[in-house]
Amino acid sequence: MEQVATGERTINYDVRGLSEPDAKAPNVAQVQDGTATFDADDLTTRQINLELRRLIYEEGIGDVIVQNPGAKHSIGVGILQRCRITFEGSLGYFGVGLIDGPEITITGRVGWSVAENMMSGVVVIEKVAGSLAGAAIRGGDLVVKGNVGARTGIDQKGGTIIVGGDAGTMTAFMMQRGRQIICGDVGPGLGDSMYDGEIYVGGTVKSLGIDCVEAEMTPEDQAMIDRKFTTYGMDKPDSFTKFVCGKVLYNYDNLEPSEKKLVIH
Amino acid sequence: MCGIAGIIHRDTESDVGSEMTSMLQSMKHRGPDSTGFALFGPPTEMVVIRFKLADANDPRDFDFRERLDRHRQEVESRLGKIGAHIDRVETETEYAYRALVRYDGDLKALADYVEDVPGCEVLSLGHSLEIVKDLGDAAQVSTMYDLGSFRGTHAIGHCRMATESDVDISGAHPYWAYPFSDVAVVHNGQLTNYFQWRRRLEASGHRFQSECDSEIIAVYLAERMSDGDSLQDAMKRSLDELDGVFTYMAVTGDSLGVAKDEMAAKPLVLYESDELVVMASEEIAIRTVLDREIETSDPYEGQVLVWSR
Repeated sequence: MEQVATGERTINYDVRGLSEPDAKAPNVAQVQDGTATFDADDLTTRQINLELRRLIYEEGIGDVIVQNPGAKHSIGVGILQRCRITFEGSLGYFGVGLIDGPEITITGRVGWSVAENMMSGVVVIEKVAGSLAGAAIRGGDLVVKGNVGARTGIDQKGGTIIVGGDAGTMTAFMMQRGRQIICGDVGPGLGDSMYDGEIYVGGTVKSLGIDCVEAEMTPEDQAMIDRKFTTYGMDKPDSFTKFVCGKVLYNYDNLEPSEKKLVIH
Repeated sequence: MCGIAGIIHRDTESDVGSEMTSMLQSMKHRGPDSTGFALFGPPTEMVVIRFKLADANDPRDFDFRERLDRHRQEVESRLGKIGAHIDRVETETEYAYRALVRYDGDLKALADYVEDVPGCEVLSLGHSLEIVKDLGDAAQVSTMYDLGSFRGTHAIGHCRMATESDVDISGAHPYWAYPFSDVAVVHNGQLTNYFQWRRRLEASGHRFQSECDSEIIAVYLAERMSDGDSLQDAMKRSLDELDGVFTYMAVTGDSLGVAKDEMAAKPLVLYESDELVVMASEEIAIRTVLDREIETSDPYEGQVLVWSR
């Protein structure tokens, strides 16, 4: 087994290149009044995730606090149960991805691809997020109080992404459903190749992507935005501009000749 | 994928060798093929030449050592002939050397004359720049070249996952901006108009030592700067003229710069304070230098940032 030092820590890889194949939950959490707390500083990614799983699935604890996550990657992924998790610090790439149900608070920042493929739940990030935040999410709320990088909500299929600051290039690229509420300015190519869904922008938009058009704000839109910002206790701009899909690229009824045979009238 | 890192101490000197080693080692998963460092020590009046006479994975045939000795003597005699007074030549590894010379002539002439010796590649040339690169991870390369004790003001580094060219020292980053003294570049990404630029730059008299697309950036910046552009202007112009996806860092004797392509396709995390600027492909690398919760940001697409001491 090869040992590789990463920073000050040591991770084991087996011959197939799998990291820590034999890792076990370290059993280090202190439980008090139904809340479990543990320090992740000296733990590896696998150990942190195994400890989270042990507490949530085996011990049935509904409230976990993880201290010093230290910007490590792939932390808190695949939690499929309602619970509350607080990360006191920052996460690296692929943080809290593939979740279904938890309410997660991150007091620091996150790297690329936070909450990707979230099915339901709430993820609140107090600082900034990298690119690809909320990639392909299908439900739940992803709230980033600071700026986000490029391609936020790429391939979004549902849920709500709220950004307190600015967003980068190709935001909502190939969005299919759901909504994004961005308080600050947005980079070039907003909503490029989107199929459906709504984007609300408080600041300026550098340029719109292909087939993304401005739409009229309705009282229902405004009521939804007001409700969301009240829920998360965030300030918002006085007005938003709404963008939707222009649907000029829709060619769903123009079937290929070979496909037409399959259509039953 | 590749991992890149940069650090500049605004007023002081620091152990940039060990700082860069720990940053790159924490990003080993981004590229374990080779690791390289461009370190800036205290400026000297002398010219520091880092060169190699063979590659790490060259076959060790029966007269390998003898040939290297012969070539080394040839390099030394050529340095003398072109008017450089050799202070000392240190052997770093079996095939890599560090020479200190007194020389105030044309650096291009010196580099070309020395590189005409078979197998010779000048890795860096300058009054404070030293480029060290070899196969293996950061800890291995750092130990091999004893970088733990290197003190300096700023540095960039690179851990490589080879995609476009061979796994050898010639293909490893950083690239020295031949023939410009004290300029180096590390790059994460791919350039798609590589051959166009290579032909253009070769036609104007530049040499390329590798098949690696990233070498273009260093030579491109060097040419712009020799035409009078500042580092920042040259980097801004590169956003339009270089095609592909990239986040690259460039260093000069007193500055550290970073540029991101218009797609923002490659990551970068930035930490800035009054004392220093640290940036890397991943925050986990920055945490090896600053082991606490810090305020970081991700530069946006098309941004060029330059910090000077």
